[in-house]
Amino acid sequence: MKNSSRRGFMGKAFGAVAGVGAVASLYAMKKSWDPLPSVKAAGFTTLDMSAYKDNELVTEKWRGKPIFVLKYTPEMIASMTEKQKGRSIKIGDSYYLVNLGLCTHLGCIPGYNPDEKSFLCACHGGQYDFSGDVTKAPPPRGLDIPPFKIDGMKLVLGEEGPEYKKMKESGVTL
Amino acid sequence: MAHFTKATSVHDWLNQRLGIDTVRRVMATEYWIPKNINFLWAMGMVLAITFGLLLVSGIFLLMYYQPNVATAFDSVNYTIMKEVEFGWLWRHIHGVAASVVFLIIYIHMFTGIYYGSYKKGREMIWISGMLLFVAFSAEAFSGYMLPWGQMSYWAGMVITNLFAGGSLHADGLVEWIRGDYVPAQAFLNRFFMLHVLLIPLAILGLIGLHFGALRIPHVNNQDGEEIDFDAESKKYLAGDKAGSKVIRFANDFMSKDMMVVGIYLVFFFYLVFFHYDFAMDPVNFDPADGLKTPAHIYPEWYFLWSYEILRPFSTDVGLMAFGFAQVIFMLLPFLDRSPNALPASRRGLFKFWFWAMLIDMIVLTAMGKVPPIEPFGTIGFYAALTFISLWILLPIITMFEKKV
Repeated sequence: MKNSSRRGFMGKAFGAVAGVGAVASLYAMKKSWDPLPSVKAAGFTTLDMSAYKDNELVTEKWRGKPIFVLKYTPEMIASMTEKQKGRSIKIGDSYYLVNLGLCTHLGCIPGYNPDEKSFLCACHGGQYDFSGDVTKAPPPRGLDIPPFKIDGMKLVLGEEGPEYKKMKESGVTL
Repeated sequence: MAHFTKATSVHDWLNQRLGIDTVRRVMATEYWIPKNINFLWAMGMVLAITFGLLLVSGIFLLMYYQPNVATAFDSVNYTIMKEVEFGWLWRHIHGVAASVVFLIIYIHMFTGIYYGSYKKGREMIWISGMLLFVAFSAEAFSGYMLPWGQMSYWAGMVITNLFAGGSLHADGLVEWIRGDYVPAQAFLNRFFMLHVLLIPLAILGLIGLHFGALRIPHVNNQDGEEIDFDAESKKYLAGDKAGSKVIRFANDFMSKDMMVVGIYLVFFFYLVFFHYDFAMDPVNFDPADGLKTPAHIYPEWYFLWSYEILRPFSTDVGLMAFGFAQVIFMLLPFLDRSPNALPASRRGLFKFWFWAMLIDMIVLTAMGKVPPIEPFGTIGFYAALTFISLWILLPIITMFEKKV
């Protein structure tokens, strides 16, 4: 009786130590799969917003994804609706579209037509206006806006500034 | 300690130390197979041989393949294909076998469904088999990433995106799986590890389990007859080979098995030498480019049916339907409520269920391949609904099946 309870204790003690070890190794394994610090550090892109020309779409790259940057012409600014204004970023006196260049339907890259001032996704026919708002289905929502922070005439992608947080809260982007 | 005597031969020397005669008897000469079977019972051996071909060709590809985003594409398409002598042979064997292995798996599965080989003590054979299907699917997907072409990249993007769970937007989980915001070096490296080590280890273990699960219930037969393997094997060993319902696994059954394997290999190497292109998507001969989406992203043919269950619905419903399709086959032994272990042809409504399921999966496969334009979108939608309905109907129709 005495012996068997001692044996039982040994078993439980061994099990407990092994259990802690197993949980600790699972934690280490999980952390080893995390994105590396170098990968995370490369997750920021700084754009000089004074370099863009009116109504000329430029595709930048942020975290391996295409980023559309479009500087509005004065006519486009004059014709903006409140909704379009809410999707646009104001830097200095200029307004810009800064969107993730991936169709919100299935992730194809839409093309920009400077004459029509609209985007067309060739995969399934989705359309967006110059502010990236969806005008023709199947896309479920407008183009997503990447996290950004305004820093003078510069725009830092990957950091959440107050303007971005406001857009997120008001549901302009996900 | 056991008593050892001076060996009379190499065989005797080994036998005293390893018991090779006992191993041979247990594994081969006195492992009993029913006589009442047909060529469909050879698919297990065909699969084992195909897995062997994948392993051997994989070993040679592994010697030159470089899991690096800058060099992976060229290491496959230039080094292996142009520089390595017979490199093309290993690649084409690997690619063709990866595709054909799924054809045989589906035949093997539907044979099991038709003859009720998942019932009456054979449940673990079915479950371990479905786990093998999952492991082979993961192996195929991880292998598809390695040439780092456009289809590798975008299939990797789309499939890992599934883990965001639609409206759940679990982007953190997706980034964790990838080790980056998009498929990149960390992603390629870890899928290389999965493809050449972790998943093959799991597959080997599962094959052991699958074979082990067969040991006690034994192989099913064409009539689902419950054979007394002890009595029948005694009859065989006593000399009544004609009267016994069973034969030895080796060499008797194996020689028939290898006949089917032989015919299969003729077909297989015909594909390897003359039609390997069916297993090589032309889009994947463009190097991966994260800023350019191919016009149509579609999986290899063997994933099309489940892809088509995902596609016609809105994101969240589609994901649920897809999840359902992935696990439901696993539950077959428990959803089939009938006590009859018989071929489908003798099971009343189940006969229609079997053929409806087979045809529906072929329709789903065909619709998954074509672009989502009408009328294909509608056909795919109804085929997906049919798939789900059939599984909901299965417990009901089998519950009312008459005991035969």
